[in-house]
Amino acid sequence: MKAPMTVDRSRLPVPGKTPPFHFPAIERSTLSSGLRVWSVRHTSIPVATVMLLVRRGSADDPPGKEGLAAITADMLDEGTGALSSIEIHEKLARIGAQLDSDIGPDATLFTITVLSRFLQPAVSLLADIVVRPTLREEDFARVRQLRLHRLMQLKDMPGAVADRAFMRLLYGQQPYGHTPLGNEASLTAITVDDVRAFHAANVRPGDATLVVTGDCLHAEVEALAASFFDGWTAGTGTPLPVVGELPTPPRLNVIPRSGAPQSELRIGHVGVARNTPDYHALVAANMVLGGQFVSRINLNLREEKGFTYGARTSFDFRRLPGPFSLQVSVQTAATVEAIHESMHEIAAIRDARPVSVDELSLGVAALTRGYARNFETAEQLARAATQLALYDLPDNYFDEFVLRVEAVTVDDVTRVAQQYLSPDRITTLIVGDYSAVSRGLLTLKLGVPSMLAADTF
Amino acid sequence: MNISYSKHTLANGLDVLIHEDRACPIVSVNIWYHVGSKNEVPGRTGFAHFFEHLMFEGSEHHDKGYFPPLQGAGALLNGSTNADRTNYWEVVPTNAFELALWMESDRMGHLLPALTAAKFQNQRDVVLNERRQSYENRPYGLAPMAMLAAIYPPDHPYHWPTIGQIADLHAARVEEVREFFATYYHPANASIAIAGDVDTDDALAQVRRYFEGIAPGPAVTPVRPADPQLVGETRLLIEDRVELPRLYLAWVTRAMFADDDAELDLAADILANGKTSRLYKRLVYEMRAATDVSAAQNSREAGGFLQLAATAAPGHTLAELDRVILEEVARLAADGPTEDEIERGRVQAEAQFMYRLQTVGGFGGKSDQLNAYNMFLKDPGYFNRDLTRYTAVTATSLRDAVRRYLSNSNRIALSIVPKGKTVFALAGSVPSLVS
Repeated sequence: MKAPMTVDRSRLPVPGKTPPFHFPAIERSTLSSGLRVWSVRHTSIPVATVMLLVRRGSADDPPGKEGLAAITADMLDEGTGALSSIEIHEKLARIGAQLDSDIGPDATLFTITVLSRFLQPAVSLLADIVVRPTLREEDFARVRQLRLHRLMQLKDMPGAVADRAFMRLLYGQQPYGHTPLGNEASLTAITVDDVRAFHAANVRPGDATLVVTGDCLHAEVEALAASFFDGWTAGTGTPLPVVGELPTPPRLNVIPRSGAPQSELRIGHVGVARNTPDYHALVAANMVLGGQFVSRINLNLREEKGFTYGARTSFDFRRLPGPFSLQVSVQTAATVEAIHESMHEIAAIRDARPVSVDELSLGVAALTRGYARNFETAEQLARAATQLALYDLPDNYFDEFVLRVEAVTVDDVTRVAQQYLSPDRITTLIVGDYSAVSRGLLTLKLGVPSMLAADTF
Repeated sequence: MNISYSKHTLANGLDVLIHEDRACPIVSVNIWYHVGSKNEVPGRTGFAHFFEHLMFEGSEHHDKGYFPPLQGAGALLNGSTNADRTNYWEVVPTNAFELALWMESDRMGHLLPALTAAKFQNQRDVVLNERRQSYENRPYGLAPMAMLAAIYPPDHPYHWPTIGQIADLHAARVEEVREFFATYYHPANASIAIAGDVDTDDALAQVRRYFEGIAPGPAVTPVRPADPQLVGETRLLIEDRVELPRLYLAWVTRAMFADDDAELDLAADILANGKTSRLYKRLVYEMRAATDVSAAQNSREAGGFLQLAATAAPGHTLAELDRVILEEVARLAADGPTEDEIERGRVQAEAQFMYRLQTVGGFGGKSDQLNAYNMFLKDPGYFNRDLTRYTAVTATSLRDAVRRYLSNSNRIALSIVPKGKTVFALAGSVPSLVS
């Protein structure tokens, strides 16, 4: 059809129907060690991604040894066989690759992306690093020292201070109560023997998944895995960490940062686990509340009031209930009003101002209509596949996502907002200039603020 | 590694670049305006970036905010401003391609009728908060602007940061938006790249339909400042809310795509980027005197500088780091890189080029790259030649570039130290006045 030559500016063009999305097939095999080997064909460009997911993370840190999972992952590329840390990285550089190690609460993910012709050395190096690290005392001393220095520097970063303190407020000493880096006391308590033991016990093929995306056949991937991950001995699956009783934190908490031009805020409470049957309704609800630029909270705090460069909310879905939180940095003078408005929005979406049909359809459309762009690159596809492995999701999960989000109704959203948002147990944390904000805090009716120090987490 | 594209220049001067990639049912619409903070003047800094914010606040025929219709169509969108250019992009599902063109063309042709004083005030507040969040309330956050202010004299257009001076942002008036828009935001000063699931002829017809009626504006006078001449070493210090002192060093080098730019880019990697770099090896790995090191050849349209940074580990001084850095620079200037270093640099350059071709849209994707080459080189198909700049680097050419630009004492040295610890700064440093 030929397009008309003139432009009708009285109305916007209406996009046509969204074609259904299909995630490419995942081919699978399992090695005798228990290592799961998955491959996804991706042929548009000669680039391949290799990811190894190990379902152990900072939630598996033993009490008093917070930071052990992360420092263990960090130690793996410090030496393997006769290679030193520097030599490992020289080998990676010769194939144009970098190793990314991403340590989260539930899992550790190692990623190498390379030009396709370097797939074999990439798998070989990754296997050497993960399976056969040397874990030398002298390397450990240096790596630990760097992490202690990193901790020192984080004391001056308001966002990092807020993240660390907020997890401790919400979870206390429970598995999600610390960030992967740990703290000064725990890092100091960790020894290289702890690292060796953690590696031996937790970095095991029985709960690991190797994902390769690129222009390669599954048989080829399987042969590479079998060859280079040979000798990785079996280990058992991961039991989820046990969660004890969660604390009841003070409603209002302040970490003073004198003279700060902005207050870094965290507002929220413990949320819900990834396996909730209400996952799709919660994702849709969050889009309306604070999950996108045109969400209620961002429009209120940024586009109406100009208090901030941006505000967002998230349900952090994890294997165990992760946090629901609002994250924003606001100009100091607006601190009290920003908290007030945020609390108001979180409460209002439950009853006073439930989600409208228009708001929901905008949020749903934003999640679903451009869904295909989340799967453009080899790395995006590999990351998606690891999500299936991490949370035990079915293969048709991505194909069904759009349909399931589109099926969410305004009643569903109101129900999950009422069920999973609890304004009366929300905890607020301010990292900011206390003397400048203290006067208004009582008007929030959240009690006397609990004063915390930046370096106590 | 060439990517196929076609280029057309409309009668109003708009460059249209189209690249077909049918692998994924998405299209990138990416527009560059050849205006950035280097087009500003002292006393009026920060305006180009502030203006970028106003481009998202609605235009004459859709005066409701730029995001909702596009997000409702499944788009991802953003914009950014630097010293040389301002870009805007949408990645939309194929069926919303026309919507993206409608939106972009409406704000290119019809922005001002929708502009109000209220929007202006609101976005100024947002920008002031962006400045607080990204610079003022961030450890070492004032370093970038302190370095620019020291390297470039006050009347040089790279002297000020793109985010602008606080006083200038307060002084901005809504009437200035009109003039800025008329001067810079028109087809003859812009380039649009379409990449993705389109047919070239259809895409061109659609672009013509939406953009051809927009009148061209006056030609923009290119900003071509002379390179600054640093004389000797300038030592500056900033007392900041930090735990560990950090040293920043800079030398004036070359502009983007100029001779030696690629050599200096690779020299920065060899010196201080990643665990294979010489300074990481010495300062972090062996001596444990630094917690981190980094370097970049910051090359821009009208000039460049190479910057090195290193953070001192507790118990170590910036003077100690400075001495080792200068030793390593001198060693690279004397002996050049090893063949292994050159070979790694080549492979990494090739890999980085290929990684950037993985996406049609977004910052650094194919459409962004087409526009970059078109705007700065008038050659959107520069991909292969750009890569060749790197693969052609030899040990000798790299060594010679280091000799020419880094092996001298005409440099800036900025010490950022914990408050009250000026003793940690390099000797003789004087306070930087940025804020």
